[in-house]
Amino acid sequence: MLETCEKLVFERPKTIQENYDYPFCAGCGHGIALRLVAEVIDELGVQGKTIAVASVGCSISMEKFYDLDIVGSSHGRAPCVATGVKRAKPDKIVFTYQGDGDAATIGMNETIHTACRGENITTICINNTNFGMTGGQASATSILGQVTTTTKQGRDPIKNGYPVHIAEMVALCDGAVYVERCGIFNPQSIIKTKAAIKKAFENQIKGLGFSFIEILCACPTGWKLSPVESLKYIQNEVSKVHKIGVLKDLT
Amino acid sequence: MKGNKAIAQAAINAGLQCYFGYPITPQNEIGEFMSDEMPKLGRTYISAESELAAVNMLIGAASTGTLAMTSSSSCAIALMQEAISAMATAEIPGVIISVMRAGPGLGNITPSQGDYFQATKGGGNGDYRTIVLAPATINEAVELTYKTFYLAFKYRNPAMLLADGMIGQMMEPVELKPFDLKIPDSSSWEANGVGEGSDKRPFRKLVSLHMQGDDLIVLNAKMQHKYHQIQENEVMYEEFMTDDADILITAFGTVARVAKSVVLKARKQGIKAGLFRPITLWPFPSKQLKSCATSKKAILDIELNEGQMMLDVKAAIDGVCPVELIAKLGGAIIKEGEILNKLVEISKNSPLKEGAKC
Amino acid sequence: MNSDGEKHIIIAGFGGQGVLFLGTTLAEAAIIEGKNTTWMPSYGAEMRGGSANCFVVISDNEIPSPIFDEADYGVFLSKAAINRFENTMKQNGTAIINSSMAKDCKLRNDLNHIMEPLSDISAHSSEKMLLNIMALGLLIKKTKILTKESVIQALEKISSGKKQEFLKFNLNSFEAGYNLIREKAIY
Repeated sequence: MLETCEKLVFERPKTIQENYDYPFCAGCGHGIALRLVAEVIDELGVQGKTIAVASVGCSISMEKFYDLDIVGSSHGRAPCVATGVKRAKPDKIVFTYQGDGDAATIGMNETIHTACRGENITTICINNTNFGMTGGQASATSILGQVTTTTKQGRDPIKNGYPVHIAEMVALCDGAVYVERCGIFNPQSIIKTKAAIKKAFENQIKGLGFSFIEILCACPTGWKLSPVESLKYIQNEVSKVHKIGVLKDLT
Repeated sequence: MKGNKAIAQAAINAGLQCYFGYPITPQNEIGEFMSDEMPKLGRTYISAESELAAVNMLIGAASTGTLAMTSSSSCAIALMQEAISAMATAEIPGVIISVMRAGPGLGNITPSQGDYFQATKGGGNGDYRTIVLAPATINEAVELTYKTFYLAFKYRNPAMLLADGMIGQMMEPVELKPFDLKIPDSSSWEANGVGEGSDKRPFRKLVSLHMQGDDLIVLNAKMQHKYHQIQENEVMYEEFMTDDADILITAFGTVARVAKSVVLKARKQGIKAGLFRPITLWPFPSKQLKSCATSKKAILDIELNEGQMMLDVKAAIDGVCPVELIAKLGGAIIKEGEILNKLVEISKNSPLKEGAKC
Repeated sequence: MNSDGEKHIIIAGFGGQGVLFLGTTLAEAAIIEGKNTTWMPSYGAEMRGGSANCFVVISDNEIPSPIFDEADYGVFLSKAAINRFENTMKQNGTAIINSSMAKDCKLRNDLNHIMEPLSDISAHSSEKMLLNIMALGLLIKKTKILTKESVIQALEKISSGKKQEFLKFNLNSFEAGYNLIREKAIY
């Protein structure tokens, strides 16, 4: 019988709207990362009580794809907005979804202090080592030698300083209970990334404190590489500087 | 009771659940008081890493329909302007207490009214408005703190209590009346999760970015309509001996206290002076001031700044009488004698309307 | 006293002398007497150099400004306080001066000075004596701006919830200050 042979193996997570609109470029890592977050929210059964805090960057228009209550924030302040939401409604699940421009550049102060306060929230930081939304300028996390529209000869430490290692910095904060850097560049890395996101949300549900997941993602448009070359760039270049792994686990 | 403490206690009476702040003189007693009292009540106090952080925490908490506030002063309120614009755009009812110090720049910590523009015109971007209430006494600061929360929720708009350092630092007898306003219901808009099963509702967004089609045009029209309603319905002002006055003093906040005393002294000298004191600085009581000023021979505007409110006074009265100014900047204080002399000068220089000899 | 019945009092000294406490006690006593009052301290960075001062206004009417140009009464507990604030006193005003710290001070001759070595008394008395509250006793005795009873009530009110000793020291010091003048008169 044909029906009995059919097995549903892949579907849209409930947390993603039916007629969702992903405003991302071909090969961009955001689509996968956002989907992983949605899958985790589904699996933990917390869609109804989750509040997403949007940041400034390519992921800003969350209302185009997430079926979640969304509070926006100014550039870099998502952890503060999330702090406010969580303190006002401690029984809700609150997460920020930020880029490296947001969490590690303009908002580094807020990221670090939120970690030090041990706010019981989850921060997802998509690190594609540039300001993607504004056209591929160098950000704090751009690696040495990386060509961007503001480092056309490649990032030079003399002229442009050294990259910020945000996950390592967060890991130094006593209030951070779980810090992991993941990457999205092959199937195994995606599975690992999802597991990390899930753990970060579970920590919040258990009330353990601040969890920070940095995800190295491709930005083919900003990097001026093809999608496939971008994945290799993460594996061969970016992850050599921003090393993948669990940086801290107090859970 | 010290003004800052009275304001803090009033906020707690109003039902404040979350306070976020960062130290700056002359409003430190508010944060200190909150750090003692809020945890006792099981409410939130956070000493934020900056005013930027504090005001954005305010956005987060108020987005959930929770009574929340921050307090700060001049150069640090400047840091919050981006967020206040965002709050107005996302229609989030945040309450901001601004206890002014002297500027510009870091300035100093003496009392000033130099942030009239900052509060009423805003340093943030776009066509937004902040509701601004200015107390003249500590008792009034309590009453207006209550009102600030009420108006913020009624209109889903940032609202500010604008006090000067004198109100913050001084003590005078206070009657802490119970909070008798009803905070408007927020259940129709607050971000509290979409819910589950049959209770699931469409998602809500409280954001200030509106990129789709005509969204921002529609939103701006809605906001302007709301501002118009606020101007129609929420104007507050005080008139003191204005009916038969020849010269009208305009002043707000603590300066109006001095002005009131001068009005009485001037009348003893035969000068018919009166006082018009805007209590809501935005919405500014334009119509009311114009009708009050129409029969007067002059207005004397007195401010601890270079006549920032005078621009609104002039716009309001539309030339019905001349406007003179006494301005004190940088922490200088206003002396009664100086105002009296000016009133004498004005009354000599311009002919009286009634019974005037030409 | 001013024409409209306002009493302007300036209290100055250095940090730790209890200048602000003296002021709040006066304001509290004024409230007990059903009067209007304001208390305005120096604050913030101004206090970091060690100086402290506050302005107290007491009136039967609404008080326009908690800050004033001319004081009717002054309490000056340090040399710096005398140098900085004596000039703000009205002619024939009354100034309580801690003479222990007024050595080499050139004082105005148009004021009514009450000079007592409050620091020395405080240091040498067998019982603990608070110089600010002694000064308050002197001020009340000499000027009668408020009644002795209401000041005692104010001290009791402010001291409530604190250690019992705190009130005892304050009341003893107040009595000592209040009686300093009488003793002198007897001698």
